[in-house]
Amino acid sequence: MQKLNHMVHYNAAHLDSSFSALSDTTRRGVILRLAQADASITDLAQQFGMTLTGMKKHIGVLEQAGFVATEKVGRVRTCRLGARRLEQEAAWIAQYRQLWEARFDALDDVVEQLKLKEKANDRDA
Amino acid sequence: MTATPEAAKVTVERASERELLVTRSFDAPAALVFEAWSRPELFRQWWTPKSLGMTIVSCEMDVRTGGSYRLEIGHPAFDSPMAFFGRYLDVVPGERIVWTNDENGEGAITTVTFAEAEGRTTVVISNLFPNVEGLEEELASGACDSMEETLGQLEALLAEPN
Repeated sequence: MQKLNHMVHYNAAHLDSSFSALSDTTRRGVILRLAQADASITDLAQQFGMTLTGMKKHIGVLEQAGFVATEKVGRVRTCRLGARRLEQEAAWIAQYRQLWEARFDALDDVVEQLKLKEKANDRDA
Repeated sequence: MTATPEAAKVTVERASERELLVTRSFDAPAALVFEAWSRPELFRQWWTPKSLGMTIVSCEMDVRTGGSYRLEIGHPAFDSPMAFFGRYLDVVPGERIVWTNDENGEGAITTVTFAEAEGRTTVVISNLFPNVEGLEEELASGACDSMEETLGQLEALLAEPN
């Protein structure tokens, strides 16, 4: 009973820099993986069954598009979600809240009707 | 129009990587709020608010433990109504409703709890997804200009044979 708002609006500015970054299954997988916890490039390469060089390339593309940020400490490069990804999640949550706000405002009206009916019944009883 | 009182504010939080919580309080006893959630003729009056341009084409709900529901929702952008269906895993009148969301295979488990205090009822809706991807998809589907949605469409277009 959930997925209701499937309207699609193209946003050219978003698409330009993001399409290539997100068009790859591995890169989308990396984003979801990093949403759970930060990880080193070595960990990611292992988890996605690819070479270190291959994973470095993917991370480079994601970093360029702002989806991932990396930081090198000693010999380990750690990856985490970039600002863009967090902004996106915040935008998603705001949209989701709007859906529920609209629903609950309508629910208020229904509950109000029920209260009035109950009052009327009490009076008649 | 009256301003939304602080108490009627909706909060949405990501409680864990696969759980979303929505909370709101209502100025009515739990029994009444539960009624609005469990009687189909009342439920259909608010579940798809008019501002979203959706209409409930049909609504069958047998709100008791072991019962099931089926909801068909139409939107000008859809060719045909979308069906939503599942089972009620646990129903305690005035306290909670737990249901499955089966339209896309293994979906979220929705738990709605009603807690009454001083004549007001706090409703908490938990959507627990089987995995993090499920939650992300749900959030993305609620976003009008969600990138994933757009990219998904593009991907589908690109996948079409020329």
